[in-house]
Amino acid sequence: MGSIMKITVIAFGVAREIFGAGSIETELYTDASVGTLRNLLEQKYPRLGDLASYMIAVNSEYAEPNIVLAASDEVAIIPPVSGG
Amino acid sequence: MTEIILTQVPIDIHYGINAVMDPAAGGIDVFIGTVREQTKGKRVLRLEFEAYEKMAVSELAKITAAAFAKWPLLKVVVHHRTGILAVGETAVAIAVSAAHRDAAFEACRFIIDTLKQTVPIWKKEVFEDGEVWVAAHP
Repeated sequence: MGSIMKITVIAFGVAREIFGAGSIETELYTDASVGTLRNLLEQKYPRLGDLASYMIAVNSEYAEPNIVLAASDEVAIIPPVSGG
Repeated sequence: MTEIILTQVPIDIHYGINAVMDPAAGGIDVFIGTVREQTKGKRVLRLEFEAYEKMAVSELAKITAAAFAKWPLLKVVVHHRTGILAVGETAVAIAVSAAHRDAAFEACRFIIDTLKQTVPIWKKEVFEDGEVWVAAHP
């Protein structure tokens, strides 16, 4: 078992409303991936799973599920975008 | 030359047009996105735009870099509003100059189309009887 790290997850738009806050903190094992975070968040916030889609960005880049997270990363939930 | 601006204050559409002017230009193409008064027959009171600003700027920079790689362009300005917008206000203004019009037209369209797909900006439509984050739900 790895040790635990704290990740801050920032959220925008509908995801911010689902979290009820602009950011939340969550604990993950130190080798956790974006996919692991996704599963954990969907358990905690089932309404995330109702969205048409959403992405997770790590340090301002769209991140695939296999990307491994570090406590220093800036992690953001990107619900379907609708700019323009 | 590329200029990308996110702003909470009203967009001056002449700004981008002036900024992309160039003696080598044969044409300037402009797209202006405005707040429509209705969606599917429902009257829109206002729109609220929210951005993940630093990522929105970096994604826009990728899009404009891709446009410069694809077409022979001179200058590009992308200006996007955030905050609360009333009907008729400008949400986005894109100006592209090029030596020839085909490149300017095609690049301008590419930039707005790609912006709508990848740039982390969200709009909430506020109606008389409720509000909805656009595209959030199937």
